Order: sequence, then C-alpha cells, then structure tokens
Amino acid sequence: MVGQQRMQKPLPQATPETQEFWDGLKRHELRMQHCNTCDRGYFYPRPFCPYPGCHSRDVEWRTASGKGTLHSYVIAHRGHPAFEPPYVIAVVALEEGGKMMTNITGLDDPTPEKLPVDAPLEIVYQDVDDEVTLPLWKAGVGSPQIAAAT
Amino acid sequence: MPDSRNLSHKAAIVGAAETDTVGVLPDRSVLQLHAESAFNALADAGLTLDDIDGVATAGVSPAQLTEYLGIMPKWIDGTAVGGGSFLIHVGHAVAAIAAGYCDTVLITHGESGRSRVGAGGFGGARQSMSGQFEAPYGVAGPPSMFSVPIARHMKVYGTTEEQLAAVSVATRQWAQQNPRAMMRDPITIEDVLSSRMIAWPLHLLNCCLVTDGGGALIVVSEERANDFPKKPVWVLGRGESSQHTNISQMWDFTEWTAAAKITGPEAFRMAGLDQSAIQHAMFYDAFSHTPIYALEALGFVGPGEGGPWFAEMNSAPGGKLPMNTNGGGLSYTHTGMYGMFAIQESVRQLRGEAPAQLDNVEVSMVHAPGGMFSATSTLILGNQ
Repeated sequence: MVGQQRMQKPLPQATPETQEFWDGLKRHELRMQHCNTCDRGYFYPRPFCPYPGCHSRDVEWRTASGKGTLHSYVIAHRGHPAFEPPYVIAVVALEEGGKMMTNITGLDDPTPEKLPVDAPLEIVYQDVDDEVTLPLWKAGVGSPQIAAAT
Repeated sequence: MPDSRNLSHKAAIVGAAETDTVGVLPDRSVLQLHAESAFNALADAGLTLDDIDGVATAGVSPAQLTEYLGIMPKWIDGTAVGGGSFLIHVGHAVAAIAAGYCDTVLITHGESGRSRVGAGGFGGARQSMSGQFEAPYGVAGPPSMFSVPIARHMKVYGTTEEQLAAVSVATRQWAQQNPRAMMRDPITIEDVLSSRMIAWPLHLLNCCLVTDGGGALIVVSEERANDFPKKPVWVLGRGESSQHTNISQMWDFTEWTAAAKITGPEAFRMAGLDQSAIQHAMFYDAFSHTPIYALEALGFVGPGEGGPWFAEMNSAPGGKLPMNTNGGGLSYTHTGMYGMFAIQESVRQLRGEAPAQLDNVEVSMVHAPGGMFSATSTLILGNQ
C-alpha cells in the first residue's frame, strides 16, 4: 500500500481464563484445555468443560498437536478493510477436540477447489508484534489438494 | 404442573404495523423509528400510549424506549438476542399476560441499519470472546460470519450454489408483488451466480438488504382479543433458545440444532400442531442458506433435503409452502433485526391484508435466528 496506510488488523487481548493460550502462542506452543472427566479437549479456554452432558470443572492445560482439519470456511472477497481480499476465514476442527476460527495461510488466490472441506491442516505461528502471536493454519501432511496449490 | 399448552390461544396480536415507509430513511433516528412503529400499531388497534402497561423491545433498552415515549409500564422485557428477539418478546408477552403482570403489551422495533442515524457501532471489545477468537481473522459482519457453516453443509449433503440461488429467486418472485419491497426486478439463478462474490459461497444476491425501518405489535389477552377493530391473530405456539454467539462455536455446522431440538418441537407441542398444519412460513432470510437450515431443522424436510426443495421452487408463488411472501430480508427490507417484519407479514397474511395475499391461510409459522444461528425463536400464529 503506497501512500495509504491500511487500517490496523483487530488484535485480541487476553482475559484471565485465556492468558495461558495466548502466552503459549508466543512460545509457539498451542496450549489447550482437556477435560479429565469426559477425556476430551475443547476450545476456547474456560475453567470448565463446555460439552453438554459433562460441564466438569476438572480440567487441565495441555500442549496440543497443532493438527486439525478444515471444518468449514468462506473466501472473503469483501471483508475487513485491514485484510487483502480474497482471504480465507476458516474453522479448524482441532485434533484434540473443539473448533477454532482462523485464516488459512500460504495459499495464493484461494478457490473452493483448492480448499476441500476436511483437508488436514497444521498450525503456523504468526508473530504479529511483541504482545500477540496468532494461530494461523496451513495445508498439513496428506493434504495434496491444498499442497498442490501452494 | 404448568404446561405451555395451556397458554396456546390465550393471547392475540390485535395491533400490528410497520413504519410509514421502509428502505432509506436518513431523516429518522432509531428512537423515532420505534415511536413511529408504536403509534402506527396503536392506531391499528384503536389504542393510545396510555393504554400500554407492558413494553418489550430490543436494540434500544426498555428504559430508553419508555423515556422517549413517556410511559411507565408495569412489565418490561429487554431480551435482545438479535433479529429474532421480537418473536421471543411475543412468547414472553403471552406468559406475562397470563400471569397477570400486565394487560396490554407493546413490542417495538426500529433500526437505522442503513443510514445509522442515532445508531451505535458494530463489533466487540478486544477482550470479548469474539474479540479474541474471531475478530483477529478478519470477520467483517454477518456476510463473513453467518456464512461460515455453509461449506460444510455443501460437503456433507451436496448442497449447491444453484440451490442457494434458488432461495433468492423464489423470494424475489414474492417481492415483485409487494410495492413496498426495495428490490422488485425479476432475477434468475444465473443472475445470482454472476452477482459479485461477497464471501464464497455467497454472492451479493444471496445476501439480505441493509435498510431502515421499524414495526410494532400489540398483544392482549384472549378475553379482550375481540374488542379491537382487526381480527385477532392468535399466538398458538412459541419456542426460544440460544446456543452460541461466535459462529465458530456453533454446535453442528450442518444443522440448526436449537431449532431442531428445542424451538420447533416446543412450538409445535404448545400449539398441538405438526408441520402439515403450516400453510405459510416466514423463515428469516438473512442469507440464502438461512431458510434451508430452518426448513430442515423444523422437520419440513429431512437433513440435507433443503437445497433440492428450494430448487424445486416450493417456496415460490404457487409452491407447496409459500414462504417469505413479503419478499423477505433478501428483497423486501432488512434493517438488521428483521424478525419484526417476518411477524408483520404473518399477521397480514392471517388478516387477509398482505400485498401477495394467499387464499385461506389459517396457520402461519415465523422462525428466526438471532445473531449467526446464535439465538433461535419460533412462533406459530393462527386466525381461528
């Protein structure tokens, strides 16, 4: 952008129950919570299990694999002014359980053909500034469609 | 043991009206739109503000509204969960009237969705869960949020962009019969598919309008329902729920779960009716996929059968289930919280006052999300 400053991207600010997640990202670790009662991981962080039928408070932080699958997405052609369209707003189904919104990175000119639902993904740590690292995702091992397109 | 079935047909809508015009209204503030709706609904019922002893609204607080109107009701409801809030208000009003908390409820909507006169901003704080877990990825309002589950519905059920487009085409056919509708030129599937891409798989013509306007309702008890100029429209059934606020946290991307498990079954149970009784439907169409999810979740078709059903033009004039007969949020008007306009069209159809009036409608269903499938509300209305 020459002669024109792009609007700043909105950045998150941690709260007490999410601090560990955001601190972990700065160390390039995906920290997630796991319910010891129903033995499932969940997202986003909160001090109890959110799954219906459980809601246990016996939960612990674990370091997650950083693997998941492309659960669903849109390709935004008209979106936030700080983002260069087209860009992919996706939801990742995390290997440990739970769903996370993200952007798919490393993909020029995204199209539906390049982005099959359920394709494997892996995390990419994007250091935005000293305070914030964002969890972006890219084509994972065994994702020939996305890999071929990058 | 209290049972909602005992409240079916115990309260009726006896006043219903929208603002004088809808569309682009830069000369009216949000509160003005509320008040204009209120005065029109009161006139429709032959009442004045001094007759009102219960108030429900969303978008502004009941406190802001009562100050502006200069009234002091004895029952208020500020349930504000997005576009479907007004359906929930109707259900709450039925209970409040049955409980004796109040006698005459005014429900108002007004929104300067397009002109933003006296309107607040959109978006959450950086520390909110949406600020932390969705905003950083460039979501930019409903078109890039409400749409996120669709790709999964397409993958699991084979739903196509052509089927999504059919929803817009059918709805436009109704709008052609409504002189108040903002968009009345006929459109084809190809027109929808060649319109500008907003957020794949949604094109511009898959997205609702952004307009200004309002509407209001008056609800009273069964005992008084026949004391008004217009034929009463009975509240036969209602259901409400909420399940998430961030779209990434929707329980199941292929199913409107709250509608399938709670609001649909509860509305049908309270009314003592099933799908076969519904002759007219107002399924909130923020985007082309919203009515598809509603049709499936409410049990009119099986999971995944919604796309083909719309492609057969079953919702269009002459179809099996006339739907969004005012032209919907896609072609009539959409202020932001469209649910009030969906109720208004059901009332018009049941009174015989609709621009695209159907023959012999006795039972109508109104169904709406609040937010992005976040809250859910269902009403079954009837005129018998």
